[in-house]
Amino acid sequence: MTAAATHAKHREADAKKVRQFITPEGVDLELKIASSGLRLGALMTDVILILVTLILFTLLMIWIGFGSQSDMTVVIWMLGAFLLRTFWFIGFELGSRAATPGKRLMGIRVVARDGGRLTADAVVARNLIRELELFLPLMMMGVAAAEDMASAWTIIAGLVWSLTLSLFLLFNRDRMRMGDLIAGTWVVMAQRVKLDADIGVDAAADAMSFTEAELSVYGIFELQELERVLRGRDPRAMREVADAIRAKIGRPVAEEDDAFLLSYYRQLKARLERKLLFGKRREDKYASD
Amino acid sequence: MISPAAPSRTIEAPSFSTSRFRAEREADWIAFDLLLGKLEKKGAKALTSDELLQLPLLYRATLSSLSIARATSLDKALLDHLEALSIRGYFLVYGVRESRWSRIRRFFLYDWPAAVRSVWKETIVIALIILLGALTSYSLVANNPEWYFNFVDEDMSGGRDPRATAEFLQSTIGHGKAAADESESALHIFATYLFTHNSRVSILSFALGFAFGVPTMMLEYYQGIGLGAMIAVFSAKGLGFDFGGWLFIHGTTELFAAALSGAAGLRIGAAVVFPGARGRLQAAADAGRTAGKVMVGVIVMLFVAGLLEGFGRQLITDTMLRYAIGSLMLLFWLAYYYIPRREDVA
Repeated sequence: MTAAATHAKHREADAKKVRQFITPEGVDLELKIASSGLRLGALMTDVILILVTLILFTLLMIWIGFGSQSDMTVVIWMLGAFLLRTFWFIGFELGSRAATPGKRLMGIRVVARDGGRLTADAVVARNLIRELELFLPLMMMGVAAAEDMASAWTIIAGLVWSLTLSLFLLFNRDRMRMGDLIAGTWVVMAQRVKLDADIGVDAAADAMSFTEAELSVYGIFELQELERVLRGRDPRAMREVADAIRAKIGRPVAEEDDAFLLSYYRQLKARLERKLLFGKRREDKYASD
Repeated sequence: MISPAAPSRTIEAPSFSTSRFRAEREADWIAFDLLLGKLEKKGAKALTSDELLQLPLLYRATLSSLSIARATSLDKALLDHLEALSIRGYFLVYGVRESRWSRIRRFFLYDWPAAVRSVWKETIVIALIILLGALTSYSLVANNPEWYFNFVDEDMSGGRDPRATAEFLQSTIGHGKAAADESESALHIFATYLFTHNSRVSILSFALGFAFGVPTMMLEYYQGIGLGAMIAVFSAKGLGFDFGGWLFIHGTTELFAAALSGAAGLRIGAAVVFPGARGRLQAAADAGRTAGKVMVGVIVMLFVAGLLEGFGRQLITDTMLRYAIGSLMLLFWLAYYYIPRREDVA
């Protein structure tokens, strides 16, 4: 039963990331909290983009500066760098997609924790705190580099303290940064999912038909794994899965793998959906039928 | 006109099947998807009035499809698509309520002063802390000038310490010969530097607030200490009044902004320690939003202070005029923040 236990654990872990989020229409949107890895990826992307923009901006200003012989370009450069650093995140998160380019790339966005509108003040608060989370450890390291080793312990203590702030997100279930906590926000998954073709149509029109006993060996988890394989169209994966199913239900290899899998999928889906209509949801093959 | 292929399939299919459900509703989802794409790219103004009316209808149709699909379908691709589409739709339909321009207008007319008004207690506390810091260092330095070197970094003071002559001190505040030598072309660079530097310090003092407000108060106390020590040095040489003017012209705006950023930080710290009847998280979130508004205002104020410091102070050397401008700015900020307005009750 170890396999059953790991399945159950997986489902539980997935369920832990899902947060109830009920719209005024009464539908639970089941938002999923973005993982810390995605958050880091988004941050890295944004930092790189900011640096690239800054370098281009600097080159432009140097070019204009040489042309005009005026030191106004220095002022514009300083203001521009400040605005870029402070308002990159704020500006993008105030947009309708509530996500910086890095977040868009990772398919995540910011939402208000209470289900309301994401307000400008919340966006400002969560991003001004970022200044602290990002730069305090860097500052501490700068101090460490400047001071002699006599105060090494104080510096290490300071670094650890500032890192606990920066890594606060790892210590809570909702993956909230310090800034998220203060602003009352979450970062959740907001991927776009293309609507793939319906592969479950015409269950009755299949040439092959499976008996009730042959269909009763699997549950929803296996059905959806099968769906993934079918949509993936990888012949080797299909062969493996088809062989596994044939072995399980005791059928000889008689048909093409894809034809076999498709009709098995359709009939299994029809059977499980019928049961679902009667209020019986069989999560996986370990659950009782 | 019904196409000949369609009826034969509907007759064959069972009375309810998830494939039929999908076939019937798919057009709505596709239309909703397209509409959302348009809304995201071009904004609400790009939609025709027909499309605007369609938006909530399609949104509700999609949400209802999601509910039905969750209860009846096991097609993962379908469920994932509907979920993602509903989430996207929800935030677009409920997210945008006013134009960017009206948001900005409301912020400057109502939200910003209201937020500043609501942290008045914290502002007083921080102002007292700055004052306390200034008094501490003033009394210490006035009694024993040696204390000065404990408070002010030698690199920072640029020779403005108790050993300096009165003439030198006078030159640093824009009177006498040395001031005239200073090139005026570097003024705007100086002003910009002051603005970005002060903004960063203010953001830090706000952001440190959540640690129960203690680092914020320490930072503000430290600001007061530097101020008091400087005042003590100048007044010992009989330049107190002139130095006051030099400080006053931008100081009223800058110190006010510093106090407000500290107050914003303290508000968060206080909410974390004393959440009251609300949950701690909720209290922190509420405080954070108020503080966020205050902080945008603080950055604007610091920008003004940077202009006053960089240009005003260097170009205007008359002490009385400096005092006048400083007081005027203070009165302006006080009136802007604390005179009650009618509409902001709503």
